[in-house]
This record gives sequence, structure tokens and C-alpha cells, in this order.
Amino acid sequence: MTTAPESIVSEYKYGFYDPEEALFKSNKGLTAEIVEMISKMKDEPQWMLEFRLKAFETFKQKQNPPWATEQLDDIDFDDIHYFVRATDRDERSWDDVPEYIRRTFDKLGIPEAEKKYLAGVGAQYDSEVVYHNIREDLEKLGVQFLGTDQALKEHEDIFKEHFGTVVPPGDNRFAALNSAVWSGGSFIYVPKGVKVDIPLQAYFRINTQNMGQFERTLIIADEGSQVHYVEGCTAPIYRSDSLHSAVVEIIVKKGARVRYTTIQNWSNNVYNLVTKRAVAYQDAVMEWVDGNLGSKLTMKYPSVYLMEPGAHGEILSLAFAGEGQHQDAGGKIVHAAPNTTSTIISKSLSKDGGRTSYRGLLKVYDGCEGVKANVRCDALLLDQTSRSDTYPTMEIDESDVSIQHEAYVSKLGEDQLFYLMSRGMSEEAAAKMIVNGFVEPIVKELPMEYAVELNRLIELQMDGAVG
Amino acid sequence: MTALLEITNLRARIGDKEILKGLSLTIQQGEIHAIMGPNGSGKSTLANVLMGNPNYVVTGGDIRYKGESLLEMGPDERARKGLFLAFQYPVAIPGVTLVNFMRQALNAVRGQEVPIREFRETLFSKMDLLKVDQDFARRYVNDGFSGGEKKRAEMLQMAMLEPSMAVLDETDSGLDIDALRTVAEGVNTLMNPNMGLLLITHYQRLLNYIKPQFVHVLIEGRIVKSGGPELAEQLEATGYDELEAQLATA
Repeated sequence: MTTAPESIVSEYKYGFYDPEEALFKSNKGLTAEIVEMISKMKDEPQWMLEFRLKAFETFKQKQNPPWATEQLDDIDFDDIHYFVRATDRDERSWDDVPEYIRRTFDKLGIPEAEKKYLAGVGAQYDSEVVYHNIREDLEKLGVQFLGTDQALKEHEDIFKEHFGTVVPPGDNRFAALNSAVWSGGSFIYVPKGVKVDIPLQAYFRINTQNMGQFERTLIIADEGSQVHYVEGCTAPIYRSDSLHSAVVEIIVKKGARVRYTTIQNWSNNVYNLVTKRAVAYQDAVMEWVDGNLGSKLTMKYPSVYLMEPGAHGEILSLAFAGEGQHQDAGGKIVHAAPNTTSTIISKSLSKDGGRTSYRGLLKVYDGCEGVKANVRCDALLLDQTSRSDTYPTMEIDESDVSIQHEAYVSKLGEDQLFYLMSRGMSEEAAAKMIVNGFVEPIVKELPMEYAVELNRLIELQMDGAVG
Repeated sequence: MTALLEITNLRARIGDKEILKGLSLTIQQGEIHAIMGPNGSGKSTLANVLMGNPNYVVTGGDIRYKGESLLEMGPDERARKGLFLAFQYPVAIPGVTLVNFMRQALNAVRGQEVPIREFRETLFSKMDLLKVDQDFARRYVNDGFSGGEKKRAEMLQMAMLEPSMAVLDETDSGLDIDALRTVAEGVNTLMNPNMGLLLITHYQRLLNYIKPQFVHVLIEGRIVKSGGPELAEQLEATGYDELEAQLATA
């Protein structure tokens, strides 16, 4: 018998939940048997089962990252459902998606957005992808956009060639965990020279209480191609915690361009521990636009490895921590070839005792002359009780480089508030305006619909922030 | 007739330091007043206290605007009542364009949404008046502005918000002679019989372009002398030291 989940009343508008109607839910806790069962239920090839079991052994041996706070010790790995199957089909028409799930995505505005401004949409509900579709003309050009499980079945060769090469299971404890129990996520392949002009979007929804969502995304942009992938996510508000631990691997081949935008809006009972990494080859461009507004604790540092000359990496990170939240975000750039360039811009906001940390790595290998790198992190504290820290690491082993690094922490300026209020704006409107201006360098990079959405989420976070 | 602005025996401090020590001044509609004073006399404190800067504490006296005390009102409410302060040092608001800022300010002061078309027409006509380029509106508020640009932006705001009582705090500082003339012409055009204007200035220079009917000398937190325009010229000739010396011996 399932009991109704305990939900908490809150301002968070996505905190609703559906009754749990899962087809299958694994027992709590993680064993080799559960790993085997996941692989079996998905009807996977033997090599994938072996990959999972090996990763599970690695997970058992790994510790939490040394910089993690004690908060991470609160995760009870035995109290989590590692696999929850809502439906056994990944549909291409919303009409075929079970009605209660479709209603949820309707409430989140996904089918509507798909019609208006997206080239394709994927929707994951608990452990698996329930809907995936792409514009017909793109499909004809050979663009693949489908659930990762399905991709393993349909494109095993290219899948096997790239899977786990960018983020190996041993990379960190949560990458190992994901590798053992991964389920769902997006697979994208863009053929040579094909430019996908409007975004593809995936939406991740957790519904089941005490569950772990472990999607795995693999994007391969072939030579000279271009794609913009956007992901969003929300979850119900429960009294108990959920775990979201994804791995994203991206391969940007010669002259290709990938932008990966995240608007993370998990409810405040979700641990969000994600490993995202891209490799960029000659003259390729990789951009991460990483917005973190939700979750209880996020630890996420999107990375770009610049492997060949002319490659460019860019990370725009935006974090907003409210009461009870810790956003440990940032980015990593590794210059592994000469004449590569990179920019990291991080903007963080904290209020009501929330905590933001910028954690970054800039690495330049010996012999990589002509590297240009620019790091800028700004933190804005909206009150006295909030906290912001900066942990920038630089490992520069080459002298013929140009590196700039700036970091600023500021408090919501009294003189700015007074100035705006002297023009008739209320204190709250003035604070919102200052905050909107602060995040503008990131927001202006987003397509209009997402910029509007992000501004709206920030304003929701700001409500009642002052006075 | 109720005075537009009536300041009576105003006392104010910042931190532990009392700056205004019983200042009184009455301004009627249609009048231009100038307050002149040396550094540290309390000029900027007066400007800030009038607008309601929370860093300053009023310890005595009253400020009445159209008969109503302002002391309990926040700066936003004062602005909505029709008070305006042109800042000596306007702060930058990075990431917020002047056009967006002006629109929100105008909506706030008018208490209703101004249609975008009307807003744009008004903005462009006021920009013409003050001889500012239209690109100006797309820049971030005061961010990287030169001294002259900041002062013009302040005047543009005044032109848009159409206050009934405007306080100009050291508007002439940082302006070259051409910019000063343009700004002053703008102010003269904006001035009307229903409005009051208070110019706060160290030097007499601005008063060559904007002619006050009343000139007051502020020293150590009090108005020590009031007169007509001739007082400003006299001060320019003799300096504040001589006046202070006269007052000391009087």
C-alpha cells in the first residue's frame, strides 16, 4: 500500500504531485541485484550490464568529494528508490502519454512551448523518458534526438563509441553512482554541417517520494554542426529528500558549436549532484549557461576540455540561494591545446540565510601557448544573514598566456536602493531592479522565452526579500 | 496660501554628528531659491534629508510639502507626491538600461502604467530638449557615464517625471561651460509657475544661467543670511570667509 506523500505548502508553484501510479518501483536501497534488474528491465546488451556493475563497485569505494559540506552526509543511500518506471513506453505523441503524466507536463507548459518555439522536446517522468519528439525536417536531415535508453537500442555503435568517454565512472562518487543506475536522459546526434536553429528541450520531473533520478545525457555534434539544448526541471515538495544525480557528456567536433542551457528549479528537498563535461576539438565552441535556482544542495561545475587549437569554452553560471539552500556552483575550463580561449562569468545571489559558493578551476597545460582566459565572479548578498564564498583554483603551467581573474562580493547597495526609491519605486521594486540588472549579463544570453522565465523565477525568489 | 515647501527649524544628523541645526526655509509655487554655502555647511545633508535618505536622522523640526509633513514618508512616497532630487553623485545601476529605468520610474510616479508609445514619444522629445543622443537611453543607468552625462541623465529624469518641487544638488559640478549652458536651458524650459526649484550650490556660476529670486547662505547647518540675486554676486566677490568673519563679529 502506498501512503499519500507529505507535501508542504509553499510559494513554489511546481510543488504539486501526482498520486504514485508507477508500473514498477524498485525497493529502497542499492544492491548489485537492483543494478542487474534495471539493466534487465531495459533489455540492455551485456557490455552495458558489465559497465553498470563495475561502476557500482567503484561507487562503493568512493568517498564524497573532499570539499563537500556535512550536508552531503545527510543523504541516506538506503532510503532511496533507484528506479521508478511510470510507463514502459517512450511516446512520440502527447496523446499516447498516460493522462495523469500528460496533465503534469501540461501544467508545466511543455507541450505548449513545443508548439511555439522548440525544435524538439523530451520529457522524463521519474526514471524514464515518457515522450520524445523532434521536428520532421530536422529528422530528415539526420538529427537524432531521443531518450538515451532508446538510443542505446537504436544506435548502439555510435553510443558505445562515446558513452563514458568524457565522464568516466571513476571521475567522482556521483558519476559512479549514475553510471551504475543511469536511466533516461537525452541522446542527441547532429550530423556534419547541420545547424539546428531553434532549441531542443528536455524537461525532467521527479514525482515519486524518496526517489533518485539518474538521467544520462550524451550529445555529439559532428563537424561544423550547431545545436542549442535546454533543460528544465521541477519536483513536488516533500518532507523527505530526493536525489538527482545526472551525468552529461558532450562531444563538440571540429568547427561545431553547442550551447547547453539549464534552468534548474528543483523543489528545496532535492539534492542536485551533477557532473557535466564537454570536450571541444579544433575551432569548436562549447557554451554552458547554467542557472541554478532550486534544490536543497546543488554541487555542479560544468566543464569544458579544450583539446585542439582554436577551441573556445564559455561558462555562464547563475546561482540564487534562498532560505535553506546551498548552491555550490561554478565551472571548470581545461586548456589542453595552444591558442584556445575561454570565459567564465559567474553571478550569484543569496538571501534569507542562503549560501552560494563559486568553485572554479582554470587549468592550462605546459606548452599551451597563446591561451586567453577570463574569469569573473560577482556575488550579491541581499541581507546580513546570507553567505557567499569564492574558491577559484588556477593551475597555469605555461607562461605565454593571458589570464584575467576578477571577483567581487557586494551587498545590496543602500545608495542604489535610495536612488531608485527617490524615483518613486517601492523598496521591493527597487531591489528587483538591482537584481535584474545584476543578472543581466547572463539573462541576455538566453532566448527570449527563457529570459522571461528566468526573470520571473528570480522575481518569485525575491518576493518578500526586502522590508 | 499653503506653501509648496516649508522647512521649519530642521535638525538632522548622520551617525553621531549633527549637521543641520535649525534650518528654516519656505518656497512658494513659481519660485526659484538658491542655497549657497561652503564645504561642510550641510548642503548635501539638506538635499538628502529632503528626499528621505534613511542614513540621515531628523532630530527636530519639520518639512511640510503642500501642507503635509514628509518626515514619516519614505523616499518613494515623496517622489510620488511630486518631489525630485537631482543627485550630486548619481549611483550606477549596472545591467539596467536608462530606458527601462525611466519607464518604471514614470509608472511609479504616475501610479499607472504609461502606454509604451506615449512613453517613447515623451522620452524622445525630452531627450531632444536636453540635446542627448537617443543611444543614451540604451546604456546602463550611470554606468561608465562621464560627469556631464550623469548630470544630463538627472535632468532627463526630472524632465520625464515632471515634479512640482525639484532640488538640484550641485548640478553644476563636473560640467564644462557648454554642458552647463545646455543643462541650465533645459531646467529653465522645465520650470513653470506651478513648480518650485531649489538650487544647492557652492559656486555662483550656475546662477548666471538659472536666475533665482531668492538666495540663502548656509553656514554650519543654519541659514545665516537671505536676500535677492545680488547676494550671490556679493558672495562671489568676497567669498564665504569674509561673510563668516562678519557674522562672527556681529
